[in-house]
Amino acid sequence: MADHSSEHHIVPVKYYIGVFLLLMVLTAVTVFIAKADLSKHWGPLNIIVALTIAVIKATAVVLIFMHVRWSSRLTQVIVVSGIFWLIIMLTFTLTDYFTRGGWPTTLGR
Amino acid sequence: MEQQKEAGTIGMWLFLLTEIMFFGGLFLAYTVYRATYPEGFLYGSHLLNVPLGGTNTVVLILSSLTMAMGVYYSQFGDKKKVMFFLTVTLLLGLTFLVIKYFEYMAKINDHLFPAMGLYHPSTTGPHGVPLELQQSVRVFLWIYFLMTGLHAVHMIVGAGILITLILMAQRGKFTRAYNAPVEISGLYWHFVDIVWIFLFPLLYLTGFHVSGGH
Repeated sequence: MADHSSEHHIVPVKYYIGVFLLLMVLTAVTVFIAKADLSKHWGPLNIIVALTIAVIKATAVVLIFMHVRWSSRLTQVIVVSGIFWLIIMLTFTLTDYFTRGGWPTTLGR
Repeated sequence: MEQQKEAGTIGMWLFLLTEIMFFGGLFLAYTVYRATYPEGFLYGSHLLNVPLGGTNTVVLILSSLTMAMGVYYSQFGDKKKVMFFLTVTLLLGLTFLVIKYFEYMAKINDHLFPAMGLYHPSTTGPHGVPLELQQSVRVFLWIYFLMTGLHAVHMIVGAGILITLILMAQRGKFTRAYNAPVEISGLYWHFVDIVWIFLFPLLYLTGFHVSGGH
């Protein structure tokens, strides 16, 4: 187990400051864009934009704050597999719901 | 020591994976219920205080920065700076919880809490929920209190962890050779921040583009 890739790597402070500023800007963008009615252009656009920004923020936190960018391959595989399993849960459940006639407007009402 | 630190880090990540599935299940419930009760979610999200939620978002993001700085200085064994940054992180976390407390109390005072029955006569005031919307708004409020409540519980645990770390730092436990607990706790704290990063737009900003609301 001579994996030295994560040994003693010191992340320069400027990375942390940079990510912090990015997160602040993206938060402001999220709120600002949420004010605009994007459903005029395409129904689900508001939520898609909001989630895209949230995913970008989360990625920045995971890679830099949580050091995954400089972590061992094993750690990175574990992180990715966690997200993969989450995606399985979301996709399979939602495809179930979507293929039941009429959802999302009639199921459960 | 490196192998042990790596093992500890992986151990925390495996725990965080269970947390991803735990919160993931609730986000899935949010998705299904929002699609099934869109009017309730629209109305319900207007009941939430965006400035307070936004402030909490800023507070948490700032606390992630200070946590990362605490981890940074723990790599050098700089006791004073570690204690400083972990304390600031703790205070920010407590700020979040205090704001959440006020948000919850406002809801409960308006009887906007699912178990208190939205049909209570006192809810016919400014926050009175129209009768035909009450069932779907109740669903939204369940999701809101469950998800933010679970998140708040994680914050409280995180605060406890920070207090422990601060005491350990004060006793000089963290050196250049041994800072694993700080780094691993940092992973937990950042994860809780990430959960909020998703909660805020999904709960608070849902109906933001629809003017006035109720």
